[in-house]
Amino acid sequence: MLKYLEGSHGVSQVVAMCRPNVISAYPITPQTHIVEDLARLVGEGELEAEFINVESEFSAASVVLGASAAGARAYTTTTSQGLLLMNEVIYCIAGMRLPIVLTCANRAISAPLNIWNDHQDSMTVRDAGWIQLHAEDNQEAADLHMQAFKIAEQTFLPVMVCMDGFILTHAFEPVDIPEQKEVDAFLPPFKPQNIVDPRWPRGIGLYADPRFYMEVRYILHRALEKSEKVIKQVSAEFAKAFGRESGGLLKTYKIEDADLVIITMGSVAGTIKDLIDQLEDEGKKVGLLQICSYRPFPRKEVYRVLKDKTNLLVIEKSISLGRGGILGSDVRWSFPRTEKKDRKISCFVSGLGGRNISISDLRYAVARVEKEPVELEFLGLNPEIIAKRDM
Amino acid sequence: MAEITQLIHKYLRHEKKFPHVWCPGCGNGIVLGALIRAVDRTGFTKDQIVLVSGIGCSGRMSVYVDFNTLHTTHGRALTFATGVKLANPKLQVIVVMGDGDATAIGGNHFIHAARRNLNLTAIIINNNIYGMTGGQYSPTTPYGAWSATAPYGHIEHPFSIAELAVTAGAAWVGRGTVYHANLLDQLMEAAIYKRGFAVVEVISHCHTQFGLKNKQGGPVEMMRRQKEMAVRVEKAKTMTPEELAGKITIGTLVDRDLPIYTQEYRRIREAAGGGKK
Ligand SMILES: Cc1ncc(C[n+]2csc(CCOP(=O)(O)OP(=O)(O)O)c2C)c(N)n1
Ligand code: SF4
Repeated sequence: MLKYLEGSHGVSQVVAMCRPNVISAYPITPQTHIVEDLARLVGEGELEAEFINVESEFSAASVVLGASAAGARAYTTTTSQGLLLMNEVIYCIAGMRLPIVLTCANRAISAPLNIWNDHQDSMTVRDAGWIQLHAEDNQEAADLHMQAFKIAEQTFLPVMVCMDGFILTHAFEPVDIPEQKEVDAFLPPFKPQNIVDPRWPRGIGLYADPRFYMEVRYILHRALEKSEKVIKQVSAEFAKAFGRESGGLLKTYKIEDADLVIITMGSVAGTIKDLIDQLEDEGKKVGLLQICSYRPFPRKEVYRVLKDKTNLLVIEKSISLGRGGILGSDVRWSFPRTEKKDRKISCFVSGLGGRNISISDLRYAVARVEKEPVELEFLGLNPEIIAKRDM
Repeated sequence: MAEITQLIHKYLRHEKKFPHVWCPGCGNGIVLGALIRAVDRTGFTKDQIVLVSGIGCSGRMSVYVDFNTLHTTHGRALTFATGVKLANPKLQVIVVMGDGDATAIGGNHFIHAARRNLNLTAIIINNNIYGMTGGQYSPTTPYGAWSATAPYGHIEHPFSIAELAVTAGAAWVGRGTVYHANLLDQLMEAAIYKRGFAVVEVISHCHTQFGLKNKQGGPVEMMRRQKEMAVRVEKAKTMTPEELAGKITIGTLVDRDLPIYTQEYRRIREAAGGGKK
């Protein structure tokens, strides 16, 4: 049923319908509304689950690790400093192959203190062995959670659903909320494996000395690579069950005969599509490639859709300080070295700490790369502030 | 009145950082005033003081005062302060935290700082809730109380922060309320003067989150409750446990001379031969 909802509540309602057994979290803006609504749903008996608001994100991640290791479907959500604080446990969860789902309400990280949106937080754990899916709008954010549990429980990999803080979490949009029976039909009950159970005692997370550790990491890496197939398949099953496209590895917009392709993740795709439409009216052919599955990074798919494109523009909300754009690097790596094509790949770091990315900013970026490739540029910097502080 | 305002302005970044973000009527302003008056009386210059804070409404204090300030991450203020103090023991380091900051996410640091006994002043503004993030329960939310994460009443039991500090080994522990403003000034001053780890728990109110949802009225009603609930430590000694039920004791809970970490450190280095020139 179509409901006019805050993004956070679309997520909390769908998460509740996925019937998690244990939910644990610690409040942090802009994630709070998701957890508060889940607390209410548990309180009112609409959701039969254990809910615990613990004393830090470190504890929240640890609680869901424990719950999952005991066979529960477990859920947590955080952002920014909270995700950074979870880091140690984030790695353990993946290493133990526990299919936990976490919502990251993407927000900038300190210092300086900033509560607004960018992708620097989830980027810090991109190498941890989690699947990371990015939502474009509130419908997709809600839908991805149903898919996330299914993907996680088929692959025994944890899944992080990334949604832009405030831009999505606090925005009201119509969201189609499914019926409980539809969710039940889509998402079968969790069949745990490798759990602590008195009937089959076992150890989880034991020592792997130098004879074994590499193999375990290799298997995890392969599992991530293999999960591409599952992500695609679950997205297709979702489309069949609910009649709309959500998730998958990537999405394209007006890419077929585009001379220039913009590549991005998350909610800014909406603004970019508007720009593409405007440019089309002006006679320019620009397309969009949107990465939904950031990890695993669908390198082959990216290559497939961009093979014939020679001018690429990456718009990303994160930076590897001292190196450059992160999504930009991933895109550059997607093309075989042996390829002889003269391809220009430009990268604009944009929207850090909630800086608005307007159509005119994007128009400027397009105009720049039409002339010459841009190795790395911060979009929309204010030179006056820099002049005062740059040492 | 004008004098007090002038005094307060001397210690604030009032031209740069105001207006502040606190709700009108919040107890944080009273704590800030008490801190400024106490610092002024101790005679330390603005540059001798370092105010370290965590994250929360209370944590904003380091933005507003004109001392050396370090606005850190949620829960970690005491650890940053430990570093500051070790690097330059001449600085007077004051740490301001919320109840969540100090006893939830930073609870571990709090008990270990008390145990270690560095010469730091810790001010904990206890408003029984996470104010900044919208009223979720904290480790001091009373049993049964409403919060955004306990919409049908809280099922956990609270910490008593001052008693926790006493048990963890702090050299000096006091508790005041924002209603008892004069006492608060005295407690702050004593805590800054104290050599060793000194903790002031300030019972405050967050009418916006806690008060509203628990039907406790506005700042005036909530401060009246502080007045009714508070009993001086000296008087409490003469009261029976039944009489003390539901009350909070205010005043100096503990004042003891304990070896300070830096002294102990010097002593052990000398014993090991490393202290000699
Ligand atoms: C690691 C981390 N987790 C969560 C937060 C979000 N957060 C900011 S302030 C706060 C709690 C504030 O409560 P309290 O410490 O009691 O201070 P008050 O706002 O009531 O003064 C929380 C959870 C954060 N900033 N960092
Ligand atoms: S939310 Fe509560 S603690 Fe924060 S400024 Fe308002 S009254 Fe004070």
